[in-house]
Amino acid sequence: MNHRAVVIHPADNVATAVADLSAGENVSCFVGREVSACLLQDDIPLGHKFALTPLRVGEAVIKYGETIGAATAPIKVGTHVHVHNVESRRGRGDRSEYEEGEG
Amino acid sequence: MNKNSAAPGGSPPTAETFPGYQRPDGRVGVRNYVAVIPTSVCAAVAAAKIAALAEGCVALPNQHGCCQVGADFEQTRRTLIGLGQNPNVGAALVIGLGCENIEAADLAAAIARSGKKTDCLLIQDCGGTLSAAAEGARRAALLARDLSALRREPCPVSSLVLGVECGGSDFTSGLASNPAAGFVSDLLIQAGGTSILAETTEFIGAEHLMARRAATPAVAQKLLDLVRECELRSLAQQVDLRGSQPTPGNIAGGITTIEEKSLGCVYKGGTAPIENVLAYAEAPAGKGLYIMDSPGQDVDSVTGLVAGGATVVVFTTGRGTPTGTPLAPVVKITGNAETAVKMRDNIDIDVSAVIRGERSIAACGRALFAEMLLTAGGRLTKAESLGHREFGIYKIAPTF
Repeated sequence: MNHRAVVIHPADNVATAVADLSAGENVSCFVGREVSACLLQDDIPLGHKFALTPLRVGEAVIKYGETIGAATAPIKVGTHVHVHNVESRRGRGDRSEYEEGEG
Repeated sequence: MNKNSAAPGGSPPTAETFPGYQRPDGRVGVRNYVAVIPTSVCAAVAAAKIAALAEGCVALPNQHGCCQVGADFEQTRRTLIGLGQNPNVGAALVIGLGCENIEAADLAAAIARSGKKTDCLLIQDCGGTLSAAAEGARRAALLARDLSALRREPCPVSSLVLGVECGGSDFTSGLASNPAAGFVSDLLIQAGGTSILAETTEFIGAEHLMARRAATPAVAQKLLDLVRECELRSLAQQVDLRGSQPTPGNIAGGITTIEEKSLGCVYKGGTAPIENVLAYAEAPAGKGLYIMDSPGQDVDSVTGLVAGGATVVVFTTGRGTPTGTPLAPVVKITGNAETAVKMRDNIDIDVSAVIRGERSIAACGRALFAEMLLTAGGRLTKAESLGHREFGIYKIAPTF
């Protein structure tokens, strides 16, 4: 069976669709040889992400085993994770670690 | 015809060795060129004519070298010296017009400090373009005939200097091709080799993660300062790079934040500790992983990597790019199955099997490492076969 979603790192809480996926689809997610199923609540376009675990507001979104941003709304398992419910912890001077470091 | 002047030979590559060219300074080349180096744009046409006349020679189409000042002048000079000293170059002929900032005799002497044979001439002393081309070709051919007697010998993999680069990225870059390239970088460093990761622009948003991997706090600070300076340069141009990242195309493709984009980019540098931060075209002082300050523009960036001593380049792409270099082979790798077909003339390795779940990143990384060793041993890359010898020196100030 072909992979339809990829998880880069065991610590990740999001998977990336490698095909256009539909709501209601039970997708097999692979982390190396480990497989877990995830029932999609939303349509997930090719290259986009969906949640593997529930995320609270402010919780770190993990991809590549690293933080790529924080949830701005509660995110349920199998739902689309993107700019509508995640924001960068960088790119805004007042919230950036880096900018803080620079004073 | 500017092919390798010596065919692949010696013993087949193993995990520990590959057939390479031993240079007098102890470094190892994977190609055996006579570099014809114009000190300025005014000598570039004559240099090209020399390389066309003399087999085994490659001309560098330098567009700078005159009316440059300060750090910008030093950077061009450092780049030309680094390219001449690159171990893929067996000998160098330096050609100047005769009145430029960068003097031919001085440049040739600096390159000769690597122990290789050099020669130089000035167009204004020769009778002009045609006479300089004829005289230069005679001298370059002499150097090339000497070099052609050199044979490849088994050389340790630890003598390789890898440059890693990405261009034309898409969502597959961070998922497949960049991690595979990073795996190769890690394998090489485990074997005692050297790897250089460039493209400062594409560290923005991931530099704090990279700083954690710095060998010392001073190196971590140098890395953070480098990215900060890059951001300030963009602000000085009244262009807020960060405000435009990720791009609308990136977002449509599923990339949510700048951290996510940069993480995908820096993955090609693997997971090794970062030994030091290099200026553009600066050579690493030791083994391991180094960061080089270079622009996201691929051609200028790869030129800097090769000037810093990279002898082989692994280049990841999502959409497919043609980039090669005059002196170092570029292995082109994509994780996008469609691109592997649409740009089949240019793509050496297709790692889209990672995306389909048919192969692991480690398996693709090991295959890519084996491909890199074959390339180092003399097999031509597609960019070499096609004559892609893109060249550009990163300018950091206006010309006067």
